[in-house]
Amino acid sequence: MTEQPREYAQTKAQMKPAFYATKPTGATLFLRTFFPWQVWRFLWINFKMLIIIHKSHKGL
Amino acid sequence: MARVVVLGAGISGHTAAAFLRKWLGRNDQIVVVSPLPHYNWVPSNIWVGVGLLKPEKVVFPLAPVYRNHGIEFKQARAVALYPEGTDTDASSAVEIEWTLEAKAGERERVTYDFLINATGPKLNFAATDGLGPGKNSLSVCTADHARETSRVFLELIERMKLGERKRFVVGTGHGMCTCEGAAFEYAVNLEFELRAHGVRDKAEVVYLSNEYELGDFGMDGVRIRRSGYVTPSNIFTESLFAERGIDWITRAHVKKVEPGRAFYETLEGEEKEISFDMAMLLPPFSGVGLKAFDRKGEDITPRVFAPNGFMKVDADYQQKPYEEWRSRDWPRYYQSPSFKNLFAAGIAFAPPHAVSRPRVSPKGTPIFAAPPRTGMPSATIGKTVARNIVDMIRGGDKPTHTASMAEMGAACVASAGANPFTGTAASMIVFPIVPDFERFPEYGRDLDYTMGEIGLAGHWIKILLHHMFLYKARLRPGWSLIPE
Ligand SMILES: Cc1cc2nc3c(=O)[nH]c(=O)nc-3n(C[C@H](O)[C@H](O)[C@H](O)COP(=O)(O)OP(=O)(O)OC[C@H]3O[C@@H](n4cnc5c(N)ncnc54)[C@H](O)[C@@H]3O)c2cc1C
Repeated sequence: MTEQPREYAQTKAQMKPAFYATKPTGATLFLRTFFPWQVWRFLWINFKMLIIIHKSHKGL
Repeated sequence: MARVVVLGAGISGHTAAAFLRKWLGRNDQIVVVSPLPHYNWVPSNIWVGVGLLKPEKVVFPLAPVYRNHGIEFKQARAVALYPEGTDTDASSAVEIEWTLEAKAGERERVTYDFLINATGPKLNFAATDGLGPGKNSLSVCTADHARETSRVFLELIERMKLGERKRFVVGTGHGMCTCEGAAFEYAVNLEFELRAHGVRDKAEVVYLSNEYELGDFGMDGVRIRRSGYVTPSNIFTESLFAERGIDWITRAHVKKVEPGRAFYETLEGEEKEISFDMAMLLPPFSGVGLKAFDRKGEDITPRVFAPNGFMKVDADYQQKPYEEWRSRDWPRYYQSPSFKNLFAAGIAFAPPHAVSRPRVSPKGTPIFAAPPRTGMPSATIGKTVARNIVDMIRGGDKPTHTASMAEMGAACVASAGANPFTGTAASMIVFPIVPDFERFPEYGRDLDYTMGEIGLAGHWIKILLHHMFLYKARLRPGWSLIPE
């Protein structure tokens, strides 16, 4: 059997929509589960959510 | 003494009933009519659907909670409204049909001074041939659906452990679905669990959606400031899928589901099919099909309800081109324009227009995400309607408190893997839900309060919300301090 031409593997990858998507770098992936950073994000997101809840109850 | 009847004990109706009880006097009567004996914290059905939670963890019986708090509970479904009463009794009334085993099928007329229709959606599986539990696809919309889905999922995992390859298709089962957030959440949780079970290499996961772009979620997507750019949400959603090896097909209207195969039409007009070993496809929503009659018994359903079965409220329902819609067309009080004592809360009200741009295939099939129907506004609307009714019982002649989705934000946390150390979730905050291009000309939203990120923190928030909202729904001490 002859070997598949090299372009074939590339074309196959290009057929998938994921080929054109943005992908996270190692640092981004690391931060996603890095405990101290996530504790800070937990506090920050909750703070933002509380503001939104407050803004959403203005009519009440 | 006033009697307020609440139809539906979901997120919106249950919130409304609880606040009515808190704010009204003991002489005033609150009656909840709902066909199921339990409350279901719907967002956590996702975890039931992948076998992480038992259905018992996301439901609890309503009767004891209502008994302890002086709320009358009728386990029944509403069938018809008589807002003007009848020739023999001028009191407004709702006809109900009992579902409680001891009284199953019995009909009763319940009179009311005020009525809140919080019946949520009808899960309209019938809109697509072969769609839904008992047919050829699965769902996580109810705790029972999710239980069945987890059974099939766990069975397939066992087969993959024996070396078989399987394809999972997750998404929307019709071109006019909403709630894509739930499908997205199920897809990423399923993928996470496949990895946790050590069978990821045996599985292909495909997300199949009616959205124009991933991350549309019926809100026309959101734009988020990140790394020096204002970036549309499809970038983040695609990125999450690409990173996890989930393939996606967008702009698809599923028209038929056969055992192991789904047939769909694309926005470009192509007819395609995809085979699967398991498909979790959400249904489109419609109203639950309540009828309305005037005093003489004439059918006035079209006056009270929109053609899709949702209830007409104080929105602008005039037909106009998409470009001409304004955020102020969205309702503020959720009061029926025909009857002052009739309100709709949560999913039960008819949205005036689509938020995502309506698109039609060359064959004339509409394929776009219907307006968002998330939990946070549903609860806030329930509370606001309760407040207005209390004021009107105390002498106010019209509602004054508002809860427009064009003035309200939503916080949504979509789990992307449930593990306290390695799990993640996408936390999303949007303000306002319905874009307001007069206030925020560029994107329709306030970018200071519109954000999204993926991380473990989101998973902790999701767990916190699960426990907090179930605590609140059980009306345990201090429940009203927990925000909606
Ligand atoms: C799988 C899934 C996950 C989700 N995740 C999230 C999330 O993470 N965050 C979020 O914000 N939103 C989420 N949502 C959306 C959220 O669940 C809904 O916005 C919310 O449940 C709507 O509340 P509701 O009270 O209007 O309707 P429902 O919660 O559906 O309640 C309707 C109630 O009416 C009852 N009823 C039905 N017919 C009748 C009748 N004829 N007479 C009387 N009663 C009747 C029903 O039994 C039910 O008790 C999710 C939805 C799904 C399906």
